[in-house]
Amino acid sequence: MDTPLLLKILYAIISLGVITIWGLTLNGVVRKIYARVQGRIGPPFWQPFIDIIKTYGKRTAVAHGIMFFLGPVFRIAGGIGTYLFIPAIIGSTVFSNFSVSGDVLLVMYFIFFGQLGMALGAGESGHPYSAIGVARGLAQMTAFEVPFALSIIALAIQYKTLNITAIIMAQQGGFLNWTIFTNPLATIAALIALLGMNMHNPFSVVLAPQEIPIGPPTEFHGSYLGLMQTNRGIFNAAKLVLFMNLFFGGATNIFAMIIKTFAIYMISVIVGVSFPRFRVDQSIKFFLSVPAVIALISIILLII
Amino acid sequence: MKKEHKSLLNTDLPDFERDYFCDTYPQEVKPLKGFIEKFLNWARAQSLWILGFGTGCGAIELRPLMTARFDMFRYGMAPRPTPRQSCVFIIGGYASIKTLKRIVRSYEQIQAPKFVLALGSCTINGGMYFDSYNTINRIDHYIPVDVYVTGCMPRPEAIIAGLRKLQERIMQGKAEKANDYIKNFEWYKANQKKIIKDWNMPDFNW
Ligand code: SF4
Repeated sequence: MDTPLLLKILYAIISLGVITIWGLTLNGVVRKIYARVQGRIGPPFWQPFIDIIKTYGKRTAVAHGIMFFLGPVFRIAGGIGTYLFIPAIIGSTVFSNFSVSGDVLLVMYFIFFGQLGMALGAGESGHPYSAIGVARGLAQMTAFEVPFALSIIALAIQYKTLNITAIIMAQQGGFLNWTIFTNPLATIAALIALLGMNMHNPFSVVLAPQEIPIGPPTEFHGSYLGLMQTNRGIFNAAKLVLFMNLFFGGATNIFAMIIKTFAIYMISVIVGVSFPRFRVDQSIKFFLSVPAVIALISIILLII
Repeated sequence: MKKEHKSLLNTDLPDFERDYFCDTYPQEVKPLKGFIEKFLNWARAQSLWILGFGTGCGAIELRPLMTARFDMFRYGMAPRPTPRQSCVFIIGGYASIKTLKRIVRSYEQIQAPKFVLALGSCTINGGMYFDSYNTINRIDHYIPVDVYVTGCMPRPEAIIAGLRKLQERIMQGKAEKANDYIKNFEWYKANQKKIIKDWNMPDFNW
């Protein structure tokens, strides 16, 4: 690419800002939907923004050590890293991010990275619920990475590339070229893994509101929490954009991106409002059985 | 203002434990000036995260507050089960001497600015336990209170009204009780220690 580096950085910042706003709006809308399902009115959809301003506006803060500082930083680095290597809108200079150099493996690494950093930070806070939350989170993450990785392998075999841009390009020209139609089994496995990633019910074992009220972030407050809330917006949207790119043909303009990511998010929201929570062992067993087998079958079908 | 660096002695802790706890004296943090503080106060008022401390029967009214009928979420209020992340501390009923220790601890762990809502007669003036040997009569001798909601027990409407009052006070910049607590720290500590006999925690649970 011949775009100068400084301009690229500027574009990245704009693109990051847009995705943060979109991710937080999505979170607000989802809270509203949950409320309507429960027969409530629910908070306004801009509530996450006010919450973030308030958390950053706290006057005092307590640190529990260096990793406690770094935990939220790793977390948001994971979110930003994931997003910056995914082309959000294909063909746009501002929103294509640094995708040329990025491939799916790097993005998968970044998805893992934030959680691991967070685990270290939460571990140092010393709260017993943090430790329980971290243990559950890492266990579940390891489980849903299996079907996710298998379906990525299926994609790699199908498109003979790991470059996200190339994968999107292969899906252009009519919606029947989207992976969801050319390789439905891999898509289903990955979408089930997405349910785990988004941590709505039935896979909300990490935060488990009924037993360990908050999970890993229990001790985080003030700007630490603010960073994590910001990341919740970025990371959420980044995952959705990734899934849109891999399975739903990417987006050529911002409206397509908004509609598609919203629709993909609704999958986990609808599942979330309609199911109660799994126990940890059930959730792990589930990820290692149904979606993993589906993804394996899709790989076998591609090979033979 | 003169900066004095008093340190807390943690005298009620055994020697070998004193090292584990912070001995720095809590510091006041003054509000910012002008527009920024007004903006932050607006945000604080619109996003009240509640730590419900169910000390007595009055706290039962906090549940209907959250569910479909009264739905406090529409005002931007949300329950938060950890003191670190909350800003409104609701003491829901009589506070026995045993619970007072936990109340003080939770209150001090909330990060400033923090607000306290005292719920029900027992919290405010002892209520029907006014002459009991094991409950305290006035919560505001031990931690500062921003808003009182009277009644035995107050209906969720009353709690919402109290929280709306609190929002008003926050927006006017009058909810600075967290700093008052630090200013009168010694008085509050003396009161607390008078009541809590087996004091086995640091002087300030930062
Ligand atoms: S004021 Fe009434 S409802 Fe509240 S704690 Fe006391 S006795 Fe219970």
